[in-house]
Amino acid sequence: MTFAIPLNDVLFTTAKVLFAVVGVGLNIAGFLGWVERKQSAVLQDRIGANRASIFGIKILGLFHPIADAIKMLTKEDFVPKGAMKPLHGLAPMISLGCAMFCLAALPYGGTVVVAGRLYDLQPIALPMGVPLVLATLAFGVHGVVMAGYASGSNYGLLGALRGAAQMIAYEVCLASALAGLLFIYGTLDFSEAVLWQVTHGVWGIVVQPLAFILFLTAGAAVTKRTPFDLPEGESEIVGYHVEYSGMKFGMFLMTDFFESIVICGVITALFLGGWSIPGLDLPSMGPLGGFLMVNSFIVKMLLLLFLLMQLRWTLPRFRFDQLLDLGWKNLLPLSLLNFLATAWVVYLWR
Amino acid sequence: MAIKVRVVERPERTFATQIYLLEVWRGLAITFRHLFVNLFRHSMKALGVKGFLPGAVTIQYPEDPAVLGKRARTRHRLLKRDDGAPRCTACLLCETICPAKCIRITAENAPDVTVEKRAKTFDIDLGMCVFCGYCVEACPVDAIHMDANEVELSSYSRKDMIWNMPELLGDVPKLPSQVGRAVDPLKP
Repeated sequence: MTFAIPLNDVLFTTAKVLFAVVGVGLNIAGFLGWVERKQSAVLQDRIGANRASIFGIKILGLFHPIADAIKMLTKEDFVPKGAMKPLHGLAPMISLGCAMFCLAALPYGGTVVVAGRLYDLQPIALPMGVPLVLATLAFGVHGVVMAGYASGSNYGLLGALRGAAQMIAYEVCLASALAGLLFIYGTLDFSEAVLWQVTHGVWGIVVQPLAFILFLTAGAAVTKRTPFDLPEGESEIVGYHVEYSGMKFGMFLMTDFFESIVICGVITALFLGGWSIPGLDLPSMGPLGGFLMVNSFIVKMLLLLFLLMQLRWTLPRFRFDQLLDLGWKNLLPLSLLNFLATAWVVYLWR
Repeated sequence: MAIKVRVVERPERTFATQIYLLEVWRGLAITFRHLFVNLFRHSMKALGVKGFLPGAVTIQYPEDPAVLGKRARTRHRLLKRDDGAPRCTACLLCETICPAKCIRITAENAPDVTVEKRAKTFDIDLGMCVFCGYCVEACPVDAIHMDANEVELSSYSRKDMIWNMPELLGDVPKLPSQVGRAVDPLKP
């Protein structure tokens, strides 16, 4: 291991990671709390939360996430008698930490030249970015299982078991849906995948439309939100976080938002051309190009989040056997077939 | 009237419904239509353009008055005869039929010999009332109605939920009692 990294690079990388986790992650997660309330309200002919005010200023209820945060921070942090205290405390950290780490590995931008120096706008640029993100997302299920197991509650344990079964089923689909696309790109690196789409002038969604649908479905399942919210199952068992209160519970809620952001980021990078804007040669535009890259990526991500949110408020929850059937019997064979067909076509083409 | 039998066809599970994507899309079309139509109506209202329906059916209750149905059962009201005496003859039918046992009547001799009896006290504990309206149905002399159009009946103590006869007749405004009002149980 060498420590010959210039201080500039360390500072720049820290700034990028902070931007990804705090600037993008926490801001969008807080914003999503508002979007969730308002979007569901408007599409159900309601008004939605509009009461939280600071000095009488309400701005369409935008202060509600702040009120939420204050509420969660000041509530009693209760640990039940039968719980295993260390694991009980560790579980939300694992869940949220994994989702946060994934955020830092997304390609918010390519490389830009500013004042004669090359800057890579991806916070954590690794040649194994895609499997790393998928693995870290899958690791997040440990938090769910740990939470249910350590709470000492049967409902929590039920939720955790559901969570484990669901996450394993859909993580497999998540990876296998990407297989064909990554085979075409010939790389496991996010930034190179984006560059492939830029140089070929075609987005991944055009190349692999089926993989897009499969990945979106599996991704929605991995975020544990409503059509797939069986681990939580608010109306039947309260789920793996039944014994959590205060900010620990808030961390589980935020994990769902963070995972949605990560899934949308991965889809943006691999299927929607990442940071690219059609018709603009962003890498050669200097600082402006970098600015546009990051904004383009985030706008695409937000549009996807909007779609996921709409799906969440449109579809009812699956039954558990339907959920596993969808995962193992439909998505997985389809994605494997998709991969085989892709490999065949690529082989014939060459 | 002849009984009409309407046969509801069981929806066929075609391939299109089984792959579910089409159905998801149709569901999304509905929710997206609502979302964008309502957003348009909200923004028209914000811009001050008239002539569009409201974007939400919400009644912002404490600011806007509650909208009650014409036949809504609200707070009870005791009625008077033309000469100003309460119509109630203390027959205790309402007290008997009340499923929540929230009516308490004591009777006394009435000066009017055609009536014979009248209520000395007539208390309704609105904290126990289930607003079923049986008392109104049971009353043979039409002395009690549930049409005061008043639904904001909360108070700081259970005792204040009990309305007595002058209050129900409308002779005396209902005032919170000074005893037991806003008493902090934690303070000695």
